[in-house]
Amino acid sequence: MSLLAILGVISSAIFSGTSLLYTTLGEVITERSGIVNLGLEGVMLVSASSGFAVTYLTGNPYLGVLTAMLVGGLMNMILGYLVVTRGGNQLASGLALMFFGFGLSALIGKPYVGAKIQGLPRILLPGLEHLPRLYTSLFQFDILIYLAIPTAFLVWWLLYRTRWGLGLRAVGESADTAFASGRNPWRLRYQALFVGGLLAGLGAAHLSIAYAMNWTEYMTGGRGFIAVALVIFSKWHPLRAIVGALLFSGAVAFQLLLQAGGFKVSPFLLDTIPYFLTLLVLMIWGGTRRYTAPASLGRVYHGTE
Amino acid sequence: MRSEATEGRLVTLMFGQELTSPKADRRKVPDKGALPLLELRGVETRPTGTEMRLKGIDLQVYPGEIVGVAGVSGNGQRELGDVVLGMIPCVRGEKILFGEDITRAPVGVVRRRGVGFVPEDPLSMAVVPFMTVLENLVLTRTGHYARAGGLKMDWRAVHSDAQDAMNRFGFSFSLYVPARTLSGGNLQRMIIVRELAYGSRLIVASYLTRGLDVRSTIAARQALLRARDEGAGVLLISEDLEELFALSDRLIVLYDGRIVGTFRPEETDIYTVGHLMTGSEVPHA
Amino acid sequence: MPETKIIPSRLAGFWRKFLDGVVRYTLMIMLALVLFGVILLVSGRDPLHSYRDMLVHTLGSTYGFSEVLVAMTPMLLTALAVALPSRLILINVGVEGQLYMGACFATWAALTFPHLPAHLLLPLMAFVGMLGGALWAFIPGYLKARGIVNETITTLLLNSVAPKIVSFFIFGFWHSPMDTDKTANFVPAARLPTVFGTRIDLSLFIGLALLVVFWWFVKYTRWGLEMRAIGGNPQAARRNGIPVSAYLVIGMCVGGAIAGLAGMAQVSGYYGLLLANFSRGIGYMGFLISWLSFGDPLGILIMSFVVAVIFTGGNLLQLTQGLPFAAINLLLALTLFVVLARPQFSGFVRRKTA
Repeated sequence: MSLLAILGVISSAIFSGTSLLYTTLGEVITERSGIVNLGLEGVMLVSASSGFAVTYLTGNPYLGVLTAMLVGGLMNMILGYLVVTRGGNQLASGLALMFFGFGLSALIGKPYVGAKIQGLPRILLPGLEHLPRLYTSLFQFDILIYLAIPTAFLVWWLLYRTRWGLGLRAVGESADTAFASGRNPWRLRYQALFVGGLLAGLGAAHLSIAYAMNWTEYMTGGRGFIAVALVIFSKWHPLRAIVGALLFSGAVAFQLLLQAGGFKVSPFLLDTIPYFLTLLVLMIWGGTRRYTAPASLGRVYHGTE
Repeated sequence: MRSEATEGRLVTLMFGQELTSPKADRRKVPDKGALPLLELRGVETRPTGTEMRLKGIDLQVYPGEIVGVAGVSGNGQRELGDVVLGMIPCVRGEKILFGEDITRAPVGVVRRRGVGFVPEDPLSMAVVPFMTVLENLVLTRTGHYARAGGLKMDWRAVHSDAQDAMNRFGFSFSLYVPARTLSGGNLQRMIIVRELAYGSRLIVASYLTRGLDVRSTIAARQALLRARDEGAGVLLISEDLEELFALSDRLIVLYDGRIVGTFRPEETDIYTVGHLMTGSEVPHA
Repeated sequence: MPETKIIPSRLAGFWRKFLDGVVRYTLMIMLALVLFGVILLVSGRDPLHSYRDMLVHTLGSTYGFSEVLVAMTPMLLTALAVALPSRLILINVGVEGQLYMGACFATWAALTFPHLPAHLLLPLMAFVGMLGGALWAFIPGYLKARGIVNETITTLLLNSVAPKIVSFFIFGFWHSPMDTDKTANFVPAARLPTVFGTRIDLSLFIGLALLVVFWWFVKYTRWGLEMRAIGGNPQAARRNGIPVSAYLVIGMCVGGAIAGLAGMAQVSGYYGLLLANFSRGIGYMGFLISWLSFGDPLGILIMSFVVAVIFTGGNLLQLTQGLPFAAINLLLALTLFVVLARPQFSGFVRRKTA
């Protein structure tokens, strides 16, 4: 277990965790306003495929990233329409959105399966130039990776230091009270969904444009659901999501490390550890009855009659 | 003119017949040698939220008596009823029902032993609103009407038993409509039929007549007295001092989760009890 | 006052509601078809041609129809697995994971006892499949009954774990010599028997039978009554002596068992082997079907049939129109969207003005 191996694990976790972090941050915002998005898997797929397509067609990865973000926002608007305007059940609407994403992404991405793009340029972490090549190759990150943690802080600032964030959290706790104090729960929820969708699209963009740099059907591999679990694990707080994202994506990389050290543990079993951890964490809180979920999460707001 | 308008006269004019609210003239002295139906010894509960904590409750209910529990709402009445039933756990002390320990028993066991329970807000606490009245009547005794090991329910028997009970009590309400469509009075009548008509040996009645019209109030009190006369023991929890004084054989005052006084109604008056209910000192004459 | 009636008054309110429902649902499906048609047009395909092909080959031929039934069976079962707990207001989104665990356990039985005759092996596989599903549902059920964690969250988490456990077994121990992502073919004794030379296997009939049992259970039995009471007012049910906690746990476990049976049917009937990640949302689709039918057995039957028609037709579109198979999810999703959005097509069957 050399230093190289350990650094390799960290690097791998950072690479694969970035997309997860962005998506989780988006879902934190959404759930803070009281809406669970089980369709994230579909949202990410459509964003990834459209971002990839645009990148391929224009040769400009930045354009692709922007497209993916926008598409993510729009996909979430569908959920917004179903849940906020039509009062549909959140779980069912989210799952329907997931299937929609399965289908639409397949349609969009079909011509581009196997296509190659020039992804986002990778820049070496400043200050490491004098290290041997072996090491520097591990730490050449693209701009989205560098922006990931600052984004987490941005989301934190949005939620806790702006009036918009305050209103959003108020809606998530009690839409009635928020309404009574002059806020518009419907508009705030739409806004939360849009911002959440932008971030989810960003996460998807990183996956197809910067990390894997290709498109295959179902390529998100469950990240949408992982994000939902991560939100719970981070207790709906953006900064804790950073740790969670590293933990969840580090499991696979950790497996490589163990293998290098002579332990052969199945990557699949290792992948399950973060979920059991989340479950454990949930059981512990539940036992002390300090459940910090936004109180109106999952409920439809009908307005006062 | 004004002095002619007594309550009785007004009621007679309103309802076109004489309705007398049952009074305590048929009160009996309970046979203290008999075993109490219910005994609470040092019972304490631990609240989870905004509930009141019960501390050191000692009380007994003997067969054929009505024990009134007076108290201002929020001083532990709901918790008292619920702890007897087993809805909330008893963290200290013992509960003994018909001679057997039920301190840890679940609600189903307590119910099956023959305990009736009239809660203070039946529609939210003891009734399934969308189910029919008949279905609601069965809910406390589903085992009794189950046939073929539970594969079928004997609705005909449910219906006839319910009809019998309604006749005995002089009630009349529709059996096949959703329970939520019943008026407040009829809903209470339905609960009274369910809890009092099938031979419950111990009855816990919370705010039996709250929000009821005069006719329903009288019917409810009569039903309670009839049950008592047939040997049941009653724990009557109420804020209505007039009702408590009229019906109770013994009176207990609950304040801040504790029993702060035990009397026989003829030994005391509304003012003393009222003072105890609000926690103030009893003024000396 | 003149009463405009399309339905004569002697037809009871039931038929009025039935027709109204039929009209509404037909309109909704047509709306979805129009939306999907637009998407087809945009991607350069002929919608009318596609729809005609779909209908002809699914409902127009016996083989096509049998394929529809084959597709319908797993969703029927998973929908049931959601519907039973839903009577207790339990949200069993975990059918996806319970499905995998059922398939996993059944595969274990198939691989461990290949020499048993079919009439012993199949019931054994069904039994362990149900056991696997029930076990997977037990944890969320128990945590919910104790008031520790909501079952929606726990089942979602376990959904992500189950496929990984299955993959672990496949890649680690069970894979066939030629492929690493699936097992070898099951022995014939481990395969559910098919009927009429089609791919329809026994599980369809089991599913239909369970549907009837479910309907009878909820409507007529003592436990169905108590379950409905819990679903209607859990506090009241508890106060009346009904053992709510026990029902919550057992309800989840039975739901899990049915989902596990669906998993067993997938590996034993449909595939004949265990493939990693074999379910592309069968469980979730079952959840949606149950949810959108409000857990009503007839609604589940109809909806799973409709969804199966769409799925099977989509298979065809892949061949005739070069559409990626996954695209059929679009039509499905659009149908779901329309139902979820509850459009107010005003009553075409007019009522007596009261």
